[in-house]
Amino acid sequence: MARQVKTRNKVIVTIAAWAVGIAIFFPILWTVITSFKSEADAIADPPVFLFFNWTLENYVTVQERSDYFNHFMNSVVISVGSTLIGLLIAVPAAWAMAFVPGKRTKDLLMWMLSTKMLPPVGVLVPLYLIFRDIGLLDTRIGLVIVLTLINLPIIIWMLYTYFREIPGEILEAARMDGATLKAEILYVLTPMAVPGIASTLLLNIILAWNEAFWTLNLTAANAAPLTAFIASYSSPEGLFYAKLSAASTMAIAPILIMGWFSQKQLVRGLTFGAVK
Amino acid sequence: MKTIYRALLGACALSALSTAAFAETTITVATVNNGDMIRMQGLMADFNQKHPDIKVQWVTLEENVLRQRVTQDIATKGGQFDVMTIGTYEVPIWAKRGWLADLNDLPASYDANDILPAIRNGLTTEGKLYAAPFYGESSMVMYRTDLMKAAGLDMPAAPTWDFIKQAAEKMTDKSKEQYGICLRGKAGWGENMAFLTAMSNSYGARWFDEKWKPQFDGAAWKQTLTDYLDLMNKYGPPGASANGFNENLALFQSGKCGMWIDATVAASFVTNPKDSKVADKVGFALAPDKGLGKRGNWLWAWNLGIPAGTKKVEAAKTFVEWATSKEYLALVASKEGWANVPPGTRTSLYENPEYAKVPFAKMTLDSINAADPTHPTVDPVPYVGVQFVAIPEFQGLGTAVGQQFSAALAGQITAEKALENAQALTVREMTKAGYIK
Amino acid sequence: MATKHSRAAARLMISPAVLLLLGWMIVPLAMTLYFSFQRYNLLMPGMEEWTGLANYQYFLTDPAFFDALTNTLLLVGGVLLVTIIGGVMLALLLDQPFFGQGVVRILVIAPFFVMPTVSALVWKNMFLNPVNGLFAHAAKALGLQPYDFFAQAPLASIIGIVSWQWLPFATLILLTALQSLDQEQLEAAEMDGAGPLSRFFHIMLPHLARAITVVILIQTIFLLSVFAEILVTTNGGPGTASTNLTYLIYAQSLLQFDVGGGSAGGVVAIVLANIVAIFLMRMIGKNLEA
Repeated sequence: MARQVKTRNKVIVTIAAWAVGIAIFFPILWTVITSFKSEADAIADPPVFLFFNWTLENYVTVQERSDYFNHFMNSVVISVGSTLIGLLIAVPAAWAMAFVPGKRTKDLLMWMLSTKMLPPVGVLVPLYLIFRDIGLLDTRIGLVIVLTLINLPIIIWMLYTYFREIPGEILEAARMDGATLKAEILYVLTPMAVPGIASTLLLNIILAWNEAFWTLNLTAANAAPLTAFIASYSSPEGLFYAKLSAASTMAIAPILIMGWFSQKQLVRGLTFGAVK
Repeated sequence: MKTIYRALLGACALSALSTAAFAETTITVATVNNGDMIRMQGLMADFNQKHPDIKVQWVTLEENVLRQRVTQDIATKGGQFDVMTIGTYEVPIWAKRGWLADLNDLPASYDANDILPAIRNGLTTEGKLYAAPFYGESSMVMYRTDLMKAAGLDMPAAPTWDFIKQAAEKMTDKSKEQYGICLRGKAGWGENMAFLTAMSNSYGARWFDEKWKPQFDGAAWKQTLTDYLDLMNKYGPPGASANGFNENLALFQSGKCGMWIDATVAASFVTNPKDSKVADKVGFALAPDKGLGKRGNWLWAWNLGIPAGTKKVEAAKTFVEWATSKEYLALVASKEGWANVPPGTRTSLYENPEYAKVPFAKMTLDSINAADPTHPTVDPVPYVGVQFVAIPEFQGLGTAVGQQFSAALAGQITAEKALENAQALTVREMTKAGYIK
Repeated sequence: MATKHSRAAARLMISPAVLLLLGWMIVPLAMTLYFSFQRYNLLMPGMEEWTGLANYQYFLTDPAFFDALTNTLLLVGGVLLVTIIGGVMLALLLDQPFFGQGVVRILVIAPFFVMPTVSALVWKNMFLNPVNGLFAHAAKALGLQPYDFFAQAPLASIIGIVSWQWLPFATLILLTALQSLDQEQLEAAEMDGAGPLSRFFHIMLPHLARAITVVILIQTIFLLSVFAEILVTTNGGPGTASTNLTYLIYAQSLLQFDVGGGSAGGVVAIVLANIVAIFLMRMIGKNLEA
């Protein structure tokens, strides 16, 4: 009897969960489907879901118009580059804050986070002038620097909360055994820290990939990532739903696929200290 | 001499990479994502073949983003672009600042005198041409001949606003999603304000009097705005306050508008059977008037300009010359047909008997000639520009006023309130900028 | 346990991050402060002059300023409300055993990966458009008048779009927190005859408090500077109905190219952001210390 109730519950929950999941995912699904339609089918009323003439025409048009691969490579270099450099700076800082906390550690962390609250539009012109003077406009390296800096507080915060959950006793035990600082980091901490670092890395690649203010304003042709690519489609002429969908799909597909494949790793460390 | 030096330098650099040794200059061209520009990108093979030493990199952006990016870059001398696509609004202001390289030394074969006078005057400052027009436009009425006939009406070649209203009423059938008139409603100085400013000219309104005092508290503006709101609320499509040129184009192409008053360049899109469901049922007429001597049409051109600071002036000029030449028009005609040629720039195009066969050619030319940027209004004004005021503050002002009118269209505030707000904010900004002492 | 030696080492390890962020904060901030006292319009070079507080005066008396302030708070508050309530409900649902958990989780987190520009474009054109949008088609099929989202409820529409993007984030954090809840405690409560509602309010919600705090903190940081969604959909309008502080500053400095006025706005926004930061710090301090 109890078993039956359980199964029935499971079925109900299954239906509800799938319904909600599909509803949330639907806008993306619809975009992908529309990208394979002709422009006329894209605005057909009543809408056509699956039974229409599937075509790759929109992708061809989009590729003819813009060099997708170049934008894609820029996005990869900028998001991965800024994340790696960010980690390089953040791991030691977060480690020190977590294991050698001082009186001011909390304040320091909050201050770091507050730098992220500055409205970027307010400082665009000053920064543009600086970048012009040191020749960083429209360079990948320039964007890597900016994105590293704007995401650094989040990286540090995430790592800090993760590191803090590593029990201190383990370290003490290692120290008792006469482990050096180096050994402590290499053999004790690293294995425990890897999941946290991995999910920080993934989250930041996503954030950097989707950053659309600096990447659009500090680039022209050479370093322009996919955010700039999509900016040229934001209000094209005439019927454009299908082409817009194709361009949108091309802009989000790489990160979406990466996100799906690594979602386990992403989720594992994504707690920001919320779990005690 | 310089070229040889450059060639040598290039050769040194390239031979190190052991590739072919010719000097290649790369220029970056910023452009707007309009159909004619996109088409040009598809025809670059011709340019590359004629000028193998110049490589062109495109930065294609949506209009508002483009404007912000290029203005910011040229004002800070950022040097990211070698050729910029700019409007007739920017050219005189930028030229006065010395930001643009002049184009007076283009070869005789380019035939700059062939450029339509109305357009050329707007691009000339103190006798020098500062940008080359890629395409020019005015605005006109585009209407559905079948619906007009069904309504039992006959569109005159030069209609009045009263006729437009009458026709809109007869053509509207909301149950069939058929709206008598589609007009711009999206806020922006280049969106709803382009239309409304041009419309207000024909109503005898103006932005400023000769002492730069804003005029939104006058009767002419009130009449303009109430008539516009009346038309749109009764006969316009839903969501009009978010509709700009592109949204309206999509509506018209999908057969939902009876009439549409907008840019003449739209004519080639709405008559193109590939994109438009109503391609063979479109007629054209001049923009309406109110019997006061001015029509409600504007004048605009997208032009190619070269920033004064660029080190690649020669290559940039070569490109600008190619893109705005008579040969380019012929090239487009041979590949895509005459109807798709960038319109509104050259007298010779309108004298071409082949082009005269294009249904909207004459109406486009007449509309362009009917606009006078130096005397845009019924009463005298201290500014130049039909649907804009050629002062640097106008972008901000126009957009802020546009937001008020857009809010009135959305029904959030009344027409009176919108005009009152517009007047207050214009007085404020003009005082801040020092026009009103 | 921390020795003098390890303290010094720790300081050394923290310093690169601190120095970089300090530089990142101070250099633009100093320049912004400097410009905010200047009459400086990019379109009028050579006219720069000291104007004292004029820029601040104009920015703060701008009729749009108060609207922008209200809209910023409504936007942040609205999205937080939707994502937290939605996130808790979704987390409770996904925490139950059901078939295809992995796939559903993938579906639910997907919006988080979508660029703000793309999501705004897709929502605006393909769903909310009152003529060709899917919602309009649906309304017509039901015999209703299509609703004109961006004209009638611009801010609410933007809150909806932004919430869609952030719901996955809130759900994930809350779900992880929920999974760490002690099952025995729940079962014990059930034995004692506590109904599902009372179990939720007395055991689950207190347990989730910390996670909710984290969601509020992280999301607020990002929500204060929502920009792309507004630029793409409403341009801050109609009127100023969807202009937030970030957008107002954008209009000042990049539409009017009034760098002086924009900078003054930037300084005001920084001051306000810091007030929010202090407020958050208090809250976090209380909730995260334990």
